[in-house]
Amino acid sequence: MAATLRIVNGKLYDPINNIDGKVQDICIEDGRIVDSVSDDATRIDAQGMVVMPGGVDIHCHIAGPKVNAARKLQPEDHRRDPHPGTPFTRSGTGGTVPSTFATGYRYATLGYTTAMEAAVTPIGARHTLEEFHDTPIIDKGFYVLLGNNIFLQNLLREGRKEEFRQAVAWWVNSTKAYTVKLVNPGGDEPWKGKKNSNVSNIDEKFDGLSPRQIIEAFITTVNDMGFPHPAHIHCNNLGHSGNYKTTLETMRTAGDQRAHLAHIQFHSYGGELGKNPDSKAAEIIEYVNTHPNITCDVGQVMFGKATIMTADAPLAYVLRGLTNSKWVNVDTECESGCGILPFSYQEHIYMHTLQWAIGLELFLMSKDPWRVILSTDHPNGGSFMLYPKLIKLLMDRGFRQEEISRVNQKAIAKTALNDLDREYTLYEITIITRAGPAKALGLKHKGHLGPGADADITIYDEMDDKEMMFNAPRYVIKSGKAIIANHEFCGDHDGKILHITPAYDEKIEEVVQPFFENYYTIEFDNYAVSDSYLHDHEIVPTANDR
Amino acid sequence: MSLKLSLHTKPDVPLEADVICPDKLNGVNETAIAALTVFHGNDQTALGDFFTVKGQCDGEIQLEGDLANVKHLGSEMTIGKMIIEGDVGQHLGACMSGGEIVVEGNAHDWVAPEMTGGKITIKGNAGHLIGSAYRGSPIGMQGGEIIIHGDVKNETGNTMRGGLIAIGGNTGDFTGVNMLAGTIIVLGEMGIRNGASMKRGTIISMHHAPMIPTFSYVCTYNPTYLRMYLSYIRKLGMEVSDEQINGNYKRWIGDAIELNKGEILLYANE
Repeated sequence: MAATLRIVNGKLYDPINNIDGKVQDICIEDGRIVDSVSDDATRIDAQGMVVMPGGVDIHCHIAGPKVNAARKLQPEDHRRDPHPGTPFTRSGTGGTVPSTFATGYRYATLGYTTAMEAAVTPIGARHTLEEFHDTPIIDKGFYVLLGNNIFLQNLLREGRKEEFRQAVAWWVNSTKAYTVKLVNPGGDEPWKGKKNSNVSNIDEKFDGLSPRQIIEAFITTVNDMGFPHPAHIHCNNLGHSGNYKTTLETMRTAGDQRAHLAHIQFHSYGGELGKNPDSKAAEIIEYVNTHPNITCDVGQVMFGKATIMTADAPLAYVLRGLTNSKWVNVDTECESGCGILPFSYQEHIYMHTLQWAIGLELFLMSKDPWRVILSTDHPNGGSFMLYPKLIKLLMDRGFRQEEISRVNQKAIAKTALNDLDREYTLYEITIITRAGPAKALGLKHKGHLGPGADADITIYDEMDDKEMMFNAPRYVIKSGKAIIANHEFCGDHDGKILHITPAYDEKIEEVVQPFFENYYTIEFDNYAVSDSYLHDHEIVPTANDR
Repeated sequence: MSLKLSLHTKPDVPLEADVICPDKLNGVNETAIAALTVFHGNDQTALGDFFTVKGQCDGEIQLEGDLANVKHLGSEMTIGKMIIEGDVGQHLGACMSGGEIVVEGNAHDWVAPEMTGGKITIKGNAGHLIGSAYRGSPIGMQGGEIIIHGDVKNETGNTMRGGLIAIGGNTGDFTGVNMLAGTIIVLGEMGIRNGASMKRGTIISMHHAPMIPTFSYVCTYNPTYLRMYLSYIRKLGMEVSDEQINGNYKRWIGDAIELNKGEILLYANE
């Protein structure tokens, strides 16, 4: 494929540039979209097809120590789903947690070209970057877990705010992360050290520090330093009845500062702790709708096989009591926690149906698609391979009604799902899968088709069955190179690492180093990940760099 | 007329021949069978490169030659019969649900993993993990019969949930490990750690066996139902004496770290 390319006759969906189904040419040169190319450029005729930017997954779990532990835990999942190679691509294994190569290729077969790994322990950063190197086609980055970091918590306890800020920046630099991630902030440490205890609300103090103080400190720090993507927060009490109050309080803690709430479906439950929950989707989405500083991804549950994989170790411990199946606790010795167990969401079970319905409620009651982003928290709510089915649920009311009639009706009665007639348009789908996440991530070259954008483009045949349509793009172009043509792989691509390098005062190393010498099993000098792990990469500027 | 496959070239590395199965070969002509794909290591080759094909499959396949390096024979078989004259490689009858396989020689590891029905008879010895779950699977063999006249190695019936495994000779360690249900009869001696982690199910042996501490002795009695099983396997040609059929058995239950509902019966008149 030549370095220049012209896509003609396609119907464009490009919300960032306000293009809604207009037939217009796209010109590509050297991996970027440009105004024009010479007449001898290779042409792709997209007559009768829909042209969109490549998909951007803002929250998934695709690389790193915990993902690998999930692979090792489930050999049966791989055996039933081999991923054969092609002349252009390598083989691998699938299932809910595909191997590295299969992950990249499978994202590409859905038209996704960027994905962000949502939870990596700092010490697992090196491993994650190694796996990224073997995750082809997509551009990728990760969020580093800092919400249960003992050293940072100690700085907060002692009120050393400036040092906290510098240390956060040092940690992000040292790990090559894209932003900070909080998971059950302040909850994993008591669970690890104090006999399976956890915090029950965000004002409960553990050793004099509450989750609210941690959340506030991170949100403020990240905003002050102008990270392209704000603090990415997995709230406390995930999955527990009545947790919507915690979620609302977490969002209120942000004030008018930017914050991203991950998989809010799992955080929108009413009812009493220990009893069956009901839906509080309306309350949660109302807050999101009226507060433009908040972005979120839904974390939709899809029926079928999933793998629970979370840095919320106490949660995995609770769930393992429900499934009686194998499970594993890892990363406990790291600056975080983690639990993994195979899971299956079933239509006849009240809780599972309620989760499914709450996710759909959130989507259908959202007033600003730019800030309510499509995700299944892959593989927690279901594999990313189920995105096309989710898109059909959102775009096709008839299909949705059929599905609703097949599930637990007691759960449906607790939600407003039957009264929601909304159908997403293709334009809105483009927002929640491409433009929205790109904007929330601060990726200015992604999620749109205007000049200067990365030439990450997906071309779908326009079909009535949206699941079929989004399952099989006719063309996928990554950085100007055709990867899939006529539904077949015709090329390969490495993809690059997206990360940030916020400025910090090097004196902070003198503060951090003694802690390493006293407690870590790794030498301070060996801890920071060197640039040799980055391969092809892009430093996304912070607001303060600009 | 039955189909006869004779090995003319011995594979250097294991040959993956899951196409050799009555379900897949019924009614197919000689040339087409010889052209079927088999994997020789990671090389894609034709069945005819290793086997001489004669006749047509009308439900029965006969195999000749040293097949010790030929794997996955009769995988996912549902119907028909396969008669194997010599030794056979790993994964014989994997996941089979019906039909019958008879092996005149020895079999390798992984005989009939995750089998749900049908019957396998092995006249010689077999390897590890007979009628087991594949690694990671929650359930192993769920039904059918595996009759082995010789000795076997470790982890016989790992995670099995139904069906019958009868061993004429001795077993290695961990017989019936993780067992969920089903029956294992061992006419010879068992190794150590038998029934470890079993939830339910029955393991029977005609000899004394070392028990792990999480098993407890219950009683010595004369189990009526066992006569049916033993008479049945005697009819299949296994050496069972009248004394064993009518005899007393020590009953142990375990594994106490699981449900404590499994049982091990050891012949008491030895």
